[in-house]
Amino acid sequence: MVRDESLSEIIAAHLGREGPLLPILHDVQAAFGCVDPAAQEVIAKALNLSRAEVHGVVSFYHDFHEDVDARPHVELCRAEACQARGVEALVDAAEGAAGNRVRLSTIYCLGLCSAGPAARVGDTLHARLTSEALVKVIENA
Amino acid sequence: MTPSPAKTVRISDDSLALALGADAIAAAFVAAGCTVERVSSWGMHWLEPLVEVDGIGYGPATPTDVPAILDGTSPLAIGAPAEHPFIKPQQRLTFARAGLTRPLSLADYAATGGWEGLTRARSLTPIEVIAEVTQSGLRGRGGAGFPAGIKWKTVADAPGTRKYVVCNADEGDSGTFADRMLMEGDPFQLVEGIAIAAYAVGAATGYIYTRSEYPHAIAKLQAAIELARDIIAPLHIEVRTGAGAYVCGEETSLLNSIEGKRGIVRAKPPLPALEGLFGCPTVVNNVLTVAAIPHIMAEGGAEEYARLGIDRSLGTKPIQLAGNIKHGGLYETAFGISLRDLVYTIGGGTASGRPVKAVQVGGPLGAYLAPDQFDIPFDYEAYARADALIGHGGVVVFDDTANMGALARFAMAFCAAESCGKCTPCRIGSTRGVELIDRIRGGAVTPDPVVALPQMHNAPKVDRQHEGDIALLEDLCETMKFGSLCALGGFAPYPVLSALRHWPADFKA
Repeated sequence: MVRDESLSEIIAAHLGREGPLLPILHDVQAAFGCVDPAAQEVIAKALNLSRAEVHGVVSFYHDFHEDVDARPHVELCRAEACQARGVEALVDAAEGAAGNRVRLSTIYCLGLCSAGPAARVGDTLHARLTSEALVKVIENA
Repeated sequence: MTPSPAKTVRISDDSLALALGADAIAAAFVAAGCTVERVSSWGMHWLEPLVEVDGIGYGPATPTDVPAILDGTSPLAIGAPAEHPFIKPQQRLTFARAGLTRPLSLADYAATGGWEGLTRARSLTPIEVIAEVTQSGLRGRGGAGFPAGIKWKTVADAPGTRKYVVCNADEGDSGTFADRMLMEGDPFQLVEGIAIAAYAVGAATGYIYTRSEYPHAIAKLQAAIELARDIIAPLHIEVRTGAGAYVCGEETSLLNSIEGKRGIVRAKPPLPALEGLFGCPTVVNNVLTVAAIPHIMAEGGAEEYARLGIDRSLGTKPIQLAGNIKHGGLYETAFGISLRDLVYTIGGGTASGRPVKAVQVGGPLGAYLAPDQFDIPFDYEAYARADALIGHGGVVVFDDTANMGALARFAMAFCAAESCGKCTPCRIGSTRGVELIDRIRGGAVTPDPVVALPQMHNAPKVDRQHEGDIALLEDLCETMKFGSLCALGGFAPYPVLSALRHWPADFKA
């Protein structure tokens, strides 16, 4: 299967490094949109870890998921600095625009704290968001 | 009309400028026949995207401003950025290249004093290097303020042939962006600092652990390490990316994360300096600590550094002005400056124009300071005396629409969401804290359902009123402060108690 082959390739690419688990999980998450139990089993075997250890790491970090969510993903910063700049007033409009089509999640800090409210779609950043601008970002996601 | 000759336009490629459309402006200048140079950011964030043509800055610019900027008639002109009142009074050592150089240009770096510190360090013995770092008075810029030279000496003296330098670039605090700006704007300086640290303590490998929320910083660092490979050889540096866990900014959970484990805090001792990454002696320093090193190791740098600052807080601190502030951005200056100067004189007050209600210094775990405390000098010990902390130097301003009760609840909720779960005060205390603040702000609906639980059979059976709830919250904060294993649970009480002390009215239903 194509998936099994690329999974082995990802693992092989990192196997010689110190502490290879997180780099592997990042690449697997990026390639397949999730790190599901089947992949965890293969990774555990390759690194001589138990499945529980790999599952423990996957479930600890916010970036790794066991299920695929193929919807576009918009992350809105709701930390203190963005709160001070009024992000909470945008949340209702954002949730309305997102509906079920877009996955809208909260992130704590994009490092754009002097120009919030800020959001991220993949590697594209948006700052000084108004309600209208944020709705547009979500609609175009 | 004759076309104007091709001009060189300088535009930042810092994340903040990109988030505000700098790429579109750069494209518009290219379309107008200009040469565009992408440089680091000056740190005047309210003016981003800032465009520099013939030494004159214009901002905040949009693509439609391009013709007026090129013929010099744009009302966005701010004069020469280096002479701007926000930049001129600063004492920029760590951020000396901000706005001036192209982040990934080795030529620009070398032309502005780059690698001088490393070259000079290599001409000295490791012991002499450590002595100079100690003499400079440099303390950890991540928040704890531990003297860098002493940490290095511990690692250098520790037995073992395998040692590591780890740069903590997991800048998760809200209101801080200096690490990000440095990694994106001057990555070679960080590489040079790590190379000097590795030489001093005898490490062969360096790791930079940064956040997955900073994709641009990761890309710049990886490119810089590749470009500088021959200069730093035989040292091997790798960038490791976190995965969205705030607690991994704590040094021991960061080490666990690099090792490929859950980012769970380790009990200290053993100190990471003796048993750190993979059980080996490890220097863990913040980005700003490491980035201060090349300047300190340059000729006369250590003495100059030690001359700046006050008391035991020596040198300069890159302060980040954020939140509801008119002139937000990066302000590097010697220790000792007051919040009044930072917020009003430099920052220009709130962006909304309303009165300042509170300022949070030091990230989500830092205390809220009220305007009557604004004269405290920026100094580790002075802040500690006021039950506050400098942390990573983030200053977040709130106007009078902020509800401090809601912000105190947020501090507890944030701690609950990000707790690693190892110690009880943090894991359970934060959740109980959220419930208790909700109860206080909701007007103490009696009886408390938690008290009614069978396992709470020792709790007093009288119905707690407002005063009782406040006393319980203070008690809980005390337990978290002294009983937690690391700063997450240990410092979460700072914002809660400071909010409670200064704005008790916000804790009423």
